[in-house]
Amino acid sequence: MKNRTLLTVGFALLPIIASVAITALLIVAVGSNPGDVFVAVTEGAFRDSRAFAGVINFWIPLALCSLGLIVTFTAGLWNIGVEGQMMIGAVFAAYGALFIDLPGPVLILVEILLAMLGGGLWAALVGFLKTRLAVHEIFGGVALNALANVWAIYLISGPWAPPSGGTAQATAPFKDTAVLPAISPEFPVSLIALLLVTATLVIVSFALSGTRWGLQLKATGKNSRSALLLGVPTTRSAMSALIVCGMVAGIAGSYRVLFTYESLRPLVSGGIGFLALLVVLLVGLRPLFAVIVGFAFAVILAGSTRLKVALQLDQSLAGVLQGFIVLLVLLSNGLRQRFTSDSTSSETPNTTTTVEIQRTQEHG
Amino acid sequence: MDESLINILNSVVANATPLVIAGIGETITERAGVTNLSLDGSLALAAMIGFVAALTTGSVALGLIAAMIAGAVVALIVALAGIELRQDQVAVGFVLTLLTADLAQFLGQDYTRIPGPTLPYVPIPVLKDIPVVGEIFFNHEPLVYFSYFLIFVTWYVLFHTRTGLSLRAIGERPAAAFARGTNVNRQRYLYTLIGGALVGLAGAAYSLAVKPGWSTPPVMRGDGWIALAIVIFGGWHPFRVVLGAYLFAGLRSLSSAIQRSPDIQIPLVLLNGLPWLLMIITLVLVSSGAIERLLQIMPRPLQKAMRGVLRSDPPAALGTRFDEG
Repeated sequence: MKNRTLLTVGFALLPIIASVAITALLIVAVGSNPGDVFVAVTEGAFRDSRAFAGVINFWIPLALCSLGLIVTFTAGLWNIGVEGQMMIGAVFAAYGALFIDLPGPVLILVEILLAMLGGGLWAALVGFLKTRLAVHEIFGGVALNALANVWAIYLISGPWAPPSGGTAQATAPFKDTAVLPAISPEFPVSLIALLLVTATLVIVSFALSGTRWGLQLKATGKNSRSALLLGVPTTRSAMSALIVCGMVAGIAGSYRVLFTYESLRPLVSGGIGFLALLVVLLVGLRPLFAVIVGFAFAVILAGSTRLKVALQLDQSLAGVLQGFIVLLVLLSNGLRQRFTSDSTSSETPNTTTTVEIQRTQEHG
Repeated sequence: MDESLINILNSVVANATPLVIAGIGETITERAGVTNLSLDGSLALAAMIGFVAALTTGSVALGLIAAMIAGAVVALIVALAGIELRQDQVAVGFVLTLLTADLAQFLGQDYTRIPGPTLPYVPIPVLKDIPVVGEIFFNHEPLVYFSYFLIFVTWYVLFHTRTGLSLRAIGERPAAAFARGTNVNRQRYLYTLIGGALVGLAGAAYSLAVKPGWSTPPVMRGDGWIALAIVIFGGWHPFRVVLGAYLFAGLRSLSSAIQRSPDIQIPLVLLNGLPWLLMIITLVLVSSGAIERLLQIMPRPLQKAMRGVLRSDPPAALGTRFDEG
């Protein structure tokens, strides 16, 4: 038993240590010092309250997207389109900020609702392509991501260009009543957004574990064909999972424009949706863990924005470390399943092929 | 034929070459039952490594080899994870897509926007003098000719040799292939590595020929996904995969021609969306069975000849693992 615990801890720690070691080697390879990088990243994330607010500002959209993706993964769907859903959420929120005149709090509510509408619609397109036209959600999602960005750039450089002349860099800054208020100038974080993350965490956890809908999603994700035979409306389940994820991703996108940038920019999602996919691959379908691990990823991401200034290093280093962690965790999961005897593995191997082989052997 | 049209068609052939090589590589991998989803990142990584290797050694050939090794190493991880460690190939492929793209950006940060060696132009004597056709197809650098060779060799091996029969068998009916004495998993390793090496070569085709050099964001961003979609559009058949690659490259040349033309006023940024619209449309056409319906309206003798080209089903065992009993 003791050996088993050791093994489990070892398999959990080893990939993380190995990823850090590989990343350190790569830092040496480009002629820098891993120690300096560690100091710079730590400073970038925790130097003062403003730096730490930067971590929270990455964490909020990352946590939202991860929670949304847990819903789609539960239904067995690879919602790579989450990036595009963020971007369209941002575009819809920006529309509200630029063109709707309402008193502050009402306007912000309208903007967030618009973002949910936009993200949900964009996700529904992925769902429509998947359920009606049999286009795999990965390819539908990738194409719609690119189209969302094209649309945003078109708006920024054309119809929504600032009056001073469009440079395709950003729209004019939003008016003060349209953006989310910060807790304080020393700690620029939006309280409303923090509440939204908490609410989403509670709702997603409850919906997946305690409702009929959650059960239907699980059935659809585990085995779509048998779920259908048992009377689960699998098409509607898949569609609703995507739309819910799209709405949550839309909120994440609105946060990027209504708080982080206070204007609409190209590629406003900044890869956060993809990063959220990595988070969920790492933690599985556990909402609370996703939020916690998302925080660790946000520390790496926010901290590494300092690399360019401090050490003239490209900030893609963050992605390298995060990518290696997830890759090596997946590989070590595989190794662990090999070590802890195949027969007790919870996975069911391809039984039909095994049966087929046996038959062929008997008759051959 | 109009001189400028010939020039456009010549550039279509050149620009399609990386898509052709990557598409054929992925076709080989998927025909054997393995999905290497990492193309969008591994193309970039191979392009960067190929460029840097060629630059530092001064040898374009070494650059090509380095890029192929890079592509094969990424493919090896996919194979190892999918076959040996029983992990989801899509999950591992997706992680590798992001990881290799970031690796390329990080390791290549000191090599952006600097001139380096490129593949030489080698017009083929005699053939290049054929009117029109010679100008379009035989006035290129060597990788273009290699892509022609690759198309026919892949087609011939897949459908007319014993090796090809067993390759297709391990992707369609691994159990049956196993029963006939094929070492399914070892063969899957082999074809995943070959496919990955070709993806690596396609990466070098960007950085050493079509779009020389290295930059961030890389010029081929998105092309990996398009290559993967082309394999589906191509119904896992080399000839149709090539058709898809030329279709996408043709659309690009068309939109850059539109941009240059003073008569048509379409905002430049919207044209960038066209390949992605085409991707959705082609995938809808394939999955709705529209292409297979073409078969039914064809005259009977043609039907028989075209059946292999027009089928659109993925290899039956694609992405599944095989446990040898």
